Amino acid sequence: MKLACPAPLWRHDRVVLGHGSGGKLSAELLRDVFLPALGNEILDRMEDQATCTLQGLGGGARIALTTDAFVVRPLFFPGGDIGKLAIHGTVNDLAVGGAEPKLITAAFILEEGLALADLERIARSMRVACDEAGVQLVAGDTKVVDRGKADGVFITTAGVGLVPAGRSLSISAARPGDRVLVSGTLGDHGIAIMSVREGLEFETVLQSDTASLAGLTRVMLSACPSIRCMRDPTRGGLASALNEMATASGVGIELREADIPLEAAVKSACELLGLDPLYVACEGRLVCAVPARDSERCLAAMREHPLGRRAADIGAVCEEHPGVVTAKTVVGGERVVSMLAGEQLPRIC
Amino acid sequence: MKYVDEYRDPRKARLLSVAIRKAVTRPWTIMEVCGGQTHSIVKYGIDGLLPSELELVHGPGCPVCVTPLELIDRAHAIAARPDVVFCSFGDMLRVPGSHSDLFQLKSRGADVRVVYSPLDAVKLAEAEPAKKVVFFAIGFETTAPPNAMAVWLARQKGVTNFSVLVSQVLVPPALTAILESPDNRVQAFLGPGHVCTVMGSADYEPIARRYRVPIVIAGFEPLDLLEGILLAVRQLEAGEARVENQYSRVARSEGNPQSQNLMAEVFEVCDRKWRGVGVIPRSGLRLRAEYQQLDAERLFEVGGIEANEPPECISGQVLRGIRKPHDCPAFGSQCTPSSPLGATMVSSEGACAAYYLYGRHVNREGAGR
Repeated sequence: MKLACPAPLWRHDRVVLGHGSGGKLSAELLRDVFLPALGNEILDRMEDQATCTLQGLGGGARIALTTDAFVVRPLFFPGGDIGKLAIHGTVNDLAVGGAEPKLITAAFILEEGLALADLERIARSMRVACDEAGVQLVAGDTKVVDRGKADGVFITTAGVGLVPAGRSLSISAARPGDRVLVSGTLGDHGIAIMSVREGLEFETVLQSDTASLAGLTRVMLSACPSIRCMRDPTRGGLASALNEMATASGVGIELREADIPLEAAVKSACELLGLDPLYVACEGRLVCAVPARDSERCLAAMREHPLGRRAADIGAVCEEHPGVVTAKTVVGGERVVSMLAGEQLPRIC
Repeated sequence: MKYVDEYRDPRKARLLSVAIRKAVTRPWTIMEVCGGQTHSIVKYGIDGLLPSELELVHGPGCPVCVTPLELIDRAHAIAARPDVVFCSFGDMLRVPGSHSDLFQLKSRGADVRVVYSPLDAVKLAEAEPAKKVVFFAIGFETTAPPNAMAVWLARQKGVTNFSVLVSQVLVPPALTAILESPDNRVQAFLGPGHVCTVMGSADYEPIARRYRVPIVIAGFEPLDLLEGILLAVRQLEAGEARVENQYSRVARSEGNPQSQNLMAEVFEVCDRKWRGVGVIPRSGLRLRAEYQQLDAERLFEVGGIEANEPPECISGQVLRGIRKPHDCPAFGSQCTPSSPLGATMVSSEGACAAYYLYGRHVNREGAGR
């Protein structure tokens, strides 16, 4: 008997929602469409932000550049809104690269019929977020499309920051023996969004964790300049961030499931909906790899910051199984934590 | 978390694992019937806590996996119509039919929506009277009562633009089919805890007696599964074959009579085809004659669409516990959850998907994915 599964194997010829999930399909889109057409030495590094030197920029500092798009539904959710999310998301992509966020631009795609009061609310919220993070929004653009061609507001941003001389963080820098730390509970944002979607009426209203991480990374890097790399686990959650780290660094990662901090409400909602919190998005958390000798100091610095109170050591980087993330389960078994395959939650950031 | 953490206690898990080791004197093969149980076993690494004499094989209890190919093709034919809003549980969206899946139909303009309850589909039909709202009513005895409720309610309220495409299946006839199969290896079952919560355990008694096979009705948490395995091993070692209820905190022997009454009001027993297994007599449900005006298969005249399962596909053997997912060379390479070749890779409850999701395709010694 032939042991192959003979069903047809088709390639996607159209974009499906899973292409935006931050998991394997998103990675395929990059690999098959964007990198072949646009790839270059900087883009190919696949960091959350590009860092490069510019002629005329003195003192050994490098420039960090990032861009991000926001299509969250609903526009206003417990703990935040699309404007706040846009600023935080952009700032965080710079901050986890060790950059000081400086400037932001924003382009707005508005749907015909959007209430101006909503737009004002979003703009004010962006201003507050910018002031908190110490960045200036210095350029913008507005386009309006026919009703039905967008969903209220879409926001696209660019962010510029400066990486001080001598600092170099990279997703490919994790080394065996490093400790893996997270700054707080996981999945709060994704579940908060999901809980206000139609049809899901939870008793507890969970707040999104959306926040600017620039203050936290500043404190961490000054207490512990040896941090190898940081990521903010947005789409695809912690599992995707760590898989990217393991692959880029050519190392294995071993987690202890029992030590991963989770809000009780997130845990319950995930049980109920059949979701794995390791794949649910955060918008104000980071995960980092730190040399073991400095990890206690780093953890202490994180816990002193309001955004790092529930910071925890959740595992270690290892030499074995390069490119693979494993977890010791709560009952003492073992499993592999793979990349998100399809989509888990639609349109959360 | 209350009522969950208690059943994931690492110390108790260790004690149960030791007790199982003590009880086992020779090799046994136990099948967990439900996809949810398979998922927990792989997610928590429970098979790694068992002695090498025990083999767990994964049963047919994944509703998405056993829905036959032609029914998926019929669903796609209905969903592609411009006047239809097609509602389904999320798992069903990625299941490949002969030509496409619901996600791809959606990207081509079909109105496909994920609902968490069939009653939401009825609400949708009331809210959009100009559209024909069709709900894909698949599943075992666990989804049958809510699906029956949706049908009953739609008729009560006179919602005429709501219909269901029915593919309901029943567990006990499937167990009989597995045991009757000449290549059967199953010596004991972990029974379906939630199916028994609805239906009770009476239907399992004659199976245990006739085939001399222990059936332990078990839950879905790590300690439920370990305790269920221990009870099954004790029966096997003692030469007993009884129905035993590990999941007594939820499942009662009489089941849930209200749910049973509602199912009987709306559905009647019929022969059903199972994907990868074939037709099993009296193993499914269809709408009773009084509810035929809500039958999407009839309304949209798609009953004639047939499809042939490729005979070499091993997902049928995976569903019957004859083969394991990694016995298939396509597993984890050509066949992954993002481009599934067979049904067992699609649903999160499918054995192949559970193996893949929790990394059973990965060469742990290195080289990675």
